[in-house]
Amino acid sequence: MSEHRVHMTINGRRCEAVVEGRVSLTDFLREEVGYTGVHAGCEHGACGSCTVIVDGLAVRSCLMLAAQADGATITTVEGLAGPGGRLHRVQQMLMDEHGLQCGFCTPGVLMTLAALTSQGEPIDPQEVEAAMSGHLCRCTGYQGIRRAARRLAAGTAS
Amino acid sequence: MKPAPFDYVRPKTLAEALALLADAGGGATVIAGGQTLMPLLNLRMSQPFILVDLANIAELHGIRAEAGAISIAAMTRQNAALADPVLQQRLPALVSALRHVGHHQTRNRGTLGGSIAFGEPAAELPAVAVALDARLHLQSVAGKRTIAARDFYIGPYATVAQPDEILTTIEFPGWAGDHLPVFGEIARRPGDYALTGLVGAIERDGPRITRAGLAWLGMGPTPLRATGLEQRLSGVGADAIDFAALADLAISETSPFDDKAASAEYRRTAGRKLAERLLREALGQGAIP
Repeated sequence: MSEHRVHMTINGRRCEAVVEGRVSLTDFLREEVGYTGVHAGCEHGACGSCTVIVDGLAVRSCLMLAAQADGATITTVEGLAGPGGRLHRVQQMLMDEHGLQCGFCTPGVLMTLAALTSQGEPIDPQEVEAAMSGHLCRCTGYQGIRRAARRLAAGTAS
Repeated sequence: MKPAPFDYVRPKTLAEALALLADAGGGATVIAGGQTLMPLLNLRMSQPFILVDLANIAELHGIRAEAGAISIAAMTRQNAALADPVLQQRLPALVSALRHVGHHQTRNRGTLGGSIAFGEPAAELPAVAVALDARLHLQSVAGKRTIAARDFYIGPYATVAQPDEILTTIEFPGWAGDHLPVFGEIARRPGDYALTGLVGAIERDGPRITRAGLAWLGMGPTPLRATGLEQRLSGVGADAIDFAALADLAISETSPFDDKAASAEYRRTAGRKLAERLLREALGQGAIP
């Protein structure tokens, strides 16, 4: 049972910790660093609730060990909003399009949308929509999430 | 839903990784992208003593295109391969299949080598390797060997690779620049393993088919090479094909199974229709009448 000293930049803050080899990035972010917006849903890669951005890419944090993220730059849902709680454009869009209800899947949905539309330039709406198949939502019926995804892809977010 | 304890190691060289596997005597497991292995660890269906992460081994990353072949290093991420212009142009069936491997988020970490070495019989990439006649380069402390993908799979999740061997490279042979790609699958939801699927490539010289490589996914204990279908197609004029008979032949070579997702009979029925449609589309004969 190995232990590892890891360094990460999480939501703009440098972070150093010692982790056991088997600890998932989900559990590390929630329990060691305190970012409980990273939701642990199925813990085997099916639901997408734990999605975070690692070095610019949306990944499932339950399918990654904290030790594997040594040296990485990570953004969780806590890192999206601006100063004073000003919503990130993907958060505002999801709200405008009624793309959330209970909020359990929402952090994961936001991180995929944020990763794919981070450049602010239009991208293929079908690509963004296909990527949303990696998130399960039991409330919205998906249509609101879908509208938000398509509008963000088209670059119509303010 | 937490893995049993293990030692995690992330060697920087292949030699170091191979030595770890040799010393572990079967107690080590290699982690590539981890998108299949991590659930197995979380569910404790896999309980290695040592987990050897290949992520930092530079020689296991990258795509090398040559005139006669394209070599993809085993740790190449699925989304990196999907976005690669050379693969898009020269191995379109592989790229089409990649769109169906897991989800966008898992493809950011999942690797070609990991999926091909794991050998899920309903997964896309093992079937692509079999269909396109890939050669798999394996290495251990004892040396290197190369195995045809067609000889690699021996059962569900079972391959001829030994516990101390690492799949280092997947080498796809050259297919003519104007070959016809084939890919289609039927799954209950995007990202699910396919209930049935067919993948491959067809080369032509004028109207005559000169070479075909085709394989089924989800239709038996391993990805299944469609040998009879390949032979029937080779040398035939595309305008002289009886597609219904061809689909009958193709499905007769499969051995699908019943499980909670679908019955064997459903897989046979859907697979037969899928084969007929894909072959018609690939060979330019339009939709099923």
